[in-house]
Amino acid sequence: MIVFDRVSKIYPDSSVALDEVTLSIEPREFVSIVGPSGAGKTTLLKLFLAEEKPTGGAVYYESTNIHKFNKKETDAFRRKVGMVFQDFRLLPNKTVYENIAFTMEAAGRTDEEIESDVPHVLELVDLTPKVWNFPRELSGGEKQRVAIARALVNEPDIIIADEPTGNLDPANTYDIVQILKKINDLGTTVLLATHNKGIIDLLKRRVVAMERGRVVRDDRSGKYFV
Amino acid sequence: MSKRQMFWIKLKRILRTGFFNFWRDTTVTLASVLVMMVTLLVIGLISFSSAILDTTLAELQNKIDINVTFITSAKEEDILNIKHSLESLPEVLLVTYVSRDEALALFKERHSNDQAILSALDELGENPLGGVLNIKARTPSQYASVAEFLENGNVISSAGPPIIDRVNYFQNKAAIDKLTKVIASADWLGFVAMFFLAAVSVLIAFNTIRLTIYLARDEISVMRLVGASTTYIRGPFAVVGIIYGIVAGILTLILLLPITYWLGGATANFFVGFNIFSYYLRHFLEFAFIIIASGIFIGALSSILAIRKYLKV
Repeated sequence: MIVFDRVSKIYPDSSVALDEVTLSIEPREFVSIVGPSGAGKTTLLKLFLAEEKPTGGAVYYESTNIHKFNKKETDAFRRKVGMVFQDFRLLPNKTVYENIAFTMEAAGRTDEEIESDVPHVLELVDLTPKVWNFPRELSGGEKQRVAIARALVNEPDIIIADEPTGNLDPANTYDIVQILKKINDLGTTVLLATHNKGIIDLLKRRVVAMERGRVVRDDRSGKYFV
Repeated sequence: MSKRQMFWIKLKRILRTGFFNFWRDTTVTLASVLVMMVTLLVIGLISFSSAILDTTLAELQNKIDINVTFITSAKEEDILNIKHSLESLPEVLLVTYVSRDEALALFKERHSNDQAILSALDELGENPLGGVLNIKARTPSQYASVAEFLENGNVISSAGPPIIDRVNYFQNKAAIDKLTKVIASADWLGFVAMFFLAAVSVLIAFNTIRLTIYLARDEISVMRLVGASTTYIRGPFAVVGIIYGIVAGILTLILLLPITYWLGGATANFFVGFNIFSYYLRHFLEFAFIIIASGIFIGALSSILAIRKYLKV
C-alpha cells in the first residue's frame, strides 16, 4: 500500500535526514516508527504527505509516485490521509464542530453528510458535550481527540500520527492510544511516530526503529529495544 | 451533485467563513478597519482638494471681464451705439450697460458705511461717475482682441473727441494671470503631495492585512494539510478583506459628514463660495462609489497577494 523505495532526504545545509530508507506498509497494518529525536521520523511522514520532496528515491502510494502529483491530485491525496500532530493544529477561530466540518467541506461533502457525520465521529472520540467549544477552551487530551476526530471524519485510508501523545499526561496518552487502536481495528491503516516506550509495549504491533536517518530494525512482534 | 450545485455550496461556505472570521477576530478586525479608514479618508480628501481648486479656478476665470468707463459728458446714445458694435463681435458673449445714475447708486450702496465718502460726494454736487459698459467674452483668451478693438478707436463717437475715459482690462489681466498660475501650481503640488500620501496609506493598509494573514499562517498550513484547495483557503480571506473595505468605506463616508460640515463655512469664505459640505452632499454618490470601490479593491487585492506566500505547502 505504501512503499518507501530507497528514499533519501538531504537538506541544503547537507545534513542527512533520511539515508536510503526502504520500507513497505500493508493495508490495515498498525506501524509504529520509533527512535530518538532527529532520527528522521518526522521527515519520513512529511515526505509521505508531499510536504517535502525527497532528494533520492521515491514514495509510492498504491503504486503511484506521490511526488509526481500536481496540486489538485496532491489535495485529493491528502484527503485520503488523516493527520494527527503533537501540537494538535486545530483552527483556533473555529468551534470543535466547525474544525471537523471544515475538513469535510474541503473534501466537497454535502451539508447533509456533514450534519450526520460530525456528531457521529465526535461520539467515537467521546467529545459530544464539547461540540460548540473553541479549542482554547479544551484540555490537551480533548484537543487531541478533536484532532483525531478531524482526521477520521473523511474515512481516510490511512491515519498518520506524529507524536500524538507528546504533550499529554499518561491517562490521556492511554486514551489516545486506545482510540488509535480502535480505528485500526475498524480497518484503517495507522502510521504512528513516537518515542514513548509505554505506547509500544501497550500496542504489541509492528515497530520500525530508526536512527540517524536509517531503519535499524523492523520488528513484527512489537517491542521497543534501545 | 452537479458541478454547479457544488459551486454554490462552496461560495456559500466561503462567504459564511469570511463573515465568521470578521466577527470573531475582534482585535484584528478593529485594527484593519481603522487603518483602512485612514487610507480611504486620504483618498476622499484628494477628491475634495482637486474639486476645490478646479472650482476656484473656474470661478476666477469667470470674474475676468472688461469695464469700459466713459467720460461724464458722453451721450447715452453714443454709448449704446458702441454697445451695439461690441455685441456684433463674435468673441463677445454679453455686454451690460450701467448708466451714470445706476453707477452712482451702486457706488453709494457700496460705501453706505463710509460717511466721509458720502459727504464728499454730496459736496461735489453733481454725479462724478461716467457710464460703464461691462463686457464678457466667451473665453478668457478672447479679451485681448476685444480690448484691441476698443483701443483702435473704431468706436469713437461721431462728434469727434473720444468719449472713452479708460479700459480696465490691462491692469486686471496681470493680476488674473498671476493668480491663475498660482492656482495651477498649487493644484499640481497638491496633487503630488496627495498622491504620495495616498500611496503611503495604501501601503500601510496593505501591510496591515498582510499581518493579519501572517497571524493565520499556521491555520493556512493546517487547511493545506487537510487537503483544502487553494480557492477554498483563499476565498474566506478575500471575503474578509472585502468586508474590511466595505465597512471602512461606510464609516469613512459617515465620518466625512461632520468633517465637511465643520469645514463648510471656512471653505465658503476662503474659496469664492465653494462650500465643501454642500459639494459633498451633491456628489455623495460619486464619493460613495470612489471610496467603497477603493476599499474593496485594496482589501481584496492585499488579501489575495498576501496569502500567496503561505499557500505553497
